[in-house]
Amino acid sequence: MGLGSINWLKYSSPTTFYPLAGRMIPWLAGVTVILLLVGLYLSFFVAPSDYQQGEAYRIMFIHVPAAWMSMFIYLVMAVYAGLGQVMNTRLSSMMATALAPTGAMFTFLALWTGALWGKPMWGAYWVWDARLTSELILLFLYIGFMSLQAAIDDPRRASRAGALLALVGAINIPIIYFSVQWWNTLHQGASISFDQAPSMAATMLAAMLVMTLAFWTYTAAVVLARVRCEILERERHSDWVAKLLESES
Amino acid sequence: MSQTGALSAIIRMLKRDLTLAVRRMSDVLATLFFFVIVVSLFPLGVGPELETLRIIAPGVVWVAALLASLLALDRLFSDDYRDGSLEQMLLTPQPLTLLVLGKVTAHWMVSGAPLVLMAPLLGMQLGLSWDALQVLMATLLLGTPAMSLIGAVGAALTLGVRGRSVLMALLVLPLYVPVLIFGAGAVEASISGLGAEAHFSLLGAVLVLALVFAPLATAAALRISME
Repeated sequence: MGLGSINWLKYSSPTTFYPLAGRMIPWLAGVTVILLLVGLYLSFFVAPSDYQQGEAYRIMFIHVPAAWMSMFIYLVMAVYAGLGQVMNTRLSSMMATALAPTGAMFTFLALWTGALWGKPMWGAYWVWDARLTSELILLFLYIGFMSLQAAIDDPRRASRAGALLALVGAINIPIIYFSVQWWNTLHQGASISFDQAPSMAATMLAAMLVMTLAFWTYTAAVVLARVRCEILERERHSDWVAKLLESES
Repeated sequence: MSQTGALSAIIRMLKRDLTLAVRRMSDVLATLFFFVIVVSLFPLGVGPELETLRIIAPGVVWVAALLASLLALDRLFSDDYRDGSLEQMLLTPQPLTLLVLGKVTAHWMVSGAPLVLMAPLLGMQLGLSWDALQVLMATLLLGTPAMSLIGAVGAALTLGVRGRSVLMALLVLPLYVPVLIFGAGAVEASISGLGAEAHFSLLGAVLVLALVFAPLATAAALRISME
């Protein structure tokens, strides 16, 4: 059976997606563990120490993938939110809800590891660099999204309100990013510029890519687990959930 | 619907909201005094040296204006929501986007415009020069309507939600960042002699974008909230 002959839209229904997600989680989790082990081994033992930054640069192997994921997840969240608004599919908005905590976690992780890296490199935990500041604002956007959904009791209204907010935020992110960059260059020259990326050793690049893949599969596994809970919670009055719980107990 | 019909819908909404605001002047004055008080707190916290105050003045006035306009957002839809007139507005044949535009315009006239008029006085207290005061007023004139428009989305999304004011601040303040940067930046650029034209263009661009998209998003948010 080729890929084309599978009806992919079938899985946009929570009823069919729930067991599929359940089957995928162990695989994704296993791959995450393997990738993490390989990635961490590469980052700590194989990658050479940087001649300027010494050993402290190794936190980049977590910092950079986390920063990538933080922005990427918001984008995915906005796409799901848009799909939910346009196609009115229940699962899309549930996915957006499930993605937000992981995105916020990666944003926080990127900020935290950035601070730990900044202390030995810049001599300060925090500088008002354009990237740091926009990452901080991204964290605020995630927190706003989650608190809006938490504050509304009706899950249908919560997901629709959250979707609209995610879309408004997604339109704003480029504007915020460029305005912050502008603000930074106008106030003072950036103390450290990331623009001239030093050429990386091949093993460093490999370690970073493996870590990025590990974060991807981690995100997928965690989000699927969270969306399963979300499905059960929202569909608890439906027949298929009742049957499922009966067969499991 | 004819063009005059659309325009008259906006104007009628504007008149209604302005009448309501005039009959409750205390709300308007409260926002204005909040603005004055927040700005006055800074010299008390930072110290009375005019050199220091002059440096932070554009940022202080702008952040205070931001908070004041956030405070005023609470009332944008909540009264109409409570007495049910918002529901009637959703049912009218006029597009909700236009009604929202009328409401936001009225809201800006009673909460944003007074801030623009009051700003030079506060800027003077903080030691800004006459030229800088003019730029400050002009940026606020462009920035406050943009903030009212962007804030309306947050106000509509949080209608009838618990812990509304804090939540609204959480949603709206990050979206105000570009307005703040270009607004305060223009004043600083003109003080340092760099020229504020670029900032003005960008602030204008933000206002135009907000004018086009914010009423649409607000109307969608109102429909979600009123379901």
